[in-house]
Amino acid sequence: MILEAKNISFRYGENGREILKDFSLKADSSERVGLAAPSGFGKTTLCKILSGYEKPDRGQVLLDGKPLEQYGSYCPVQLIWQHPEQAVNPRLRMKSVLEEGDQVDPALVERLGIEKDWLNRFPVEISGGEMQRFCIARAMGKRTRFLLADEISTMLDLITQSQIWHFLIEETRRRQMGMIVVSHSPELLERICTRVIDLQKTQS
Amino acid sequence: MERKKILEIKNMNISFCQYQKGMRQEELPVIRDLSLSVHEGEMVAVVGSSGSGKSLLAHGVMGILPYNASMGGEILYRGEPLTEKRIRKLRGKEIVMVPQSTSYLDPLMKVGTQICKGKKDLVRQKKLDQIFSRYSLAKEVQEQYPFELSGGMTRRVMISTAMIENPRLVIADEPTPGLHQKAAKSAMEHFRELADMGAGVLIITHDLELALETADRVLVFYAGYTLEDAKTEDFCKEETLRHPYTKALWRAIPKNGFQYIDGVQPYVKDMPSGCPFAPRCSRCSEKCHGEIPYREVNGGYVRCVYDS
Repeated sequence: MILEAKNISFRYGENGREILKDFSLKADSSERVGLAAPSGFGKTTLCKILSGYEKPDRGQVLLDGKPLEQYGSYCPVQLIWQHPEQAVNPRLRMKSVLEEGDQVDPALVERLGIEKDWLNRFPVEISGGEMQRFCIARAMGKRTRFLLADEISTMLDLITQSQIWHFLIEETRRRQMGMIVVSHSPELLERICTRVIDLQKTQS
Repeated sequence: MERKKILEIKNMNISFCQYQKGMRQEELPVIRDLSLSVHEGEMVAVVGSSGSGKSLLAHGVMGILPYNASMGGEILYRGEPLTEKRIRKLRGKEIVMVPQSTSYLDPLMKVGTQICKGKKDLVRQKKLDQIFSRYSLAKEVQEQYPFELSGGMTRRVMISTAMIENPRLVIADEPTPGLHQKAAKSAMEHFRELADMGAGVLIITHDLELALETADRVLVFYAGYTLEDAKTEDFCKEETLRHPYTKALWRAIPKNGFQYIDGVQPYVKDMPSGCPFAPRCSRCSEKCHGEIPYREVNGGYVRCVYDS
């Protein structure tokens, strides 16, 4: 499958700064594309547009040539957010958080190192690293075709970071899922990605 | 020459009181037997995974632990006990903290006013402008509210709130996540400068690589325990590190191989006896389940039964 952003422009509100201007990007399922840019550049905004959370002012997002919004109730492009604690409902137990995903495979949950005991806990009762594992599992439901990872390992220690990335690389390869990875660490992108795009160079 | 100790923590314990079913309460120890010292002109990094109790250390020193937490042990600031009364007087002036969560900013106050803490004389204004240009924040940002800032900008604003004072002790709790590398480095260099001017700096972070670039010493935290206290040079190669967990951390750095070990840090409620890392350690043996001494090895400290 091919995920394509075509000449996207976006600003928040009527008079906001134009965050993205005529931006284009193309990635296929076999790729893990890294995006590097300084903070405030609009990386998160771009991820939100690519996964259908925001609509661009101009341009469109296509998955296999078909506009993203035509894919029905479940968006095949799923975003894993930077701050897991802000991406889960604090009043739901973690097992309900998982159920928000699209029939998440129990084997996947196990391979992510999620322990049975955590399922009954509330978000405040687990650490950021544990919560991020849930958010990853939730995003990797049955109909997910593309995965966007927006700085998903900044709050993790090095060992957990390495654990989670090894898992993601293996799993996306197995299911032929494309991945777009945002990170501020060039060494990390180099380890993970099949190619890296420096956004600053494409947008100046 | 022996430099003066700015901050000394001896055998600190922090635990939470949690309600179980009904009225039953339970003590949940989150930091155990923590000792550390920060000297004048020294930058010490506390590195550990999330949920290892790092932030609580900062909150404990600043006297802002939540009501259901209790703290034991001793905190000395410039040789004298840091009592509740004393920290109230000193915090925000001599002792400053850069908080971790972006929610520490007042959402209803403009950024500029907030950083200057309401005082707006010319000297402060000038200093504020300097700090802003240093962190490449536009002057207009001073007139904006926190919700208008991006994650990285918020981070820089929070660092500015500490930089505007002339602190003797700076405690920064995860000051850099969400910052791109250049800004993160610039912030760390700024902390380094504060240390070089004589302040003691304690950086709490999970970003070991960044800590290694600027800090003098690194303390490694795991599940509420200090496992190792090492000089930054010790991290040049794996062999000079002491604890198996620190070595595993080292190997997980992307440029050192990006390796990982299985498992997760134990939850405080089901902590194993003895070494907290034992369940994931390849060298785990019978004696790891007993009392583990915290002792000096090669100019650093380690909580392990093995020497290296």
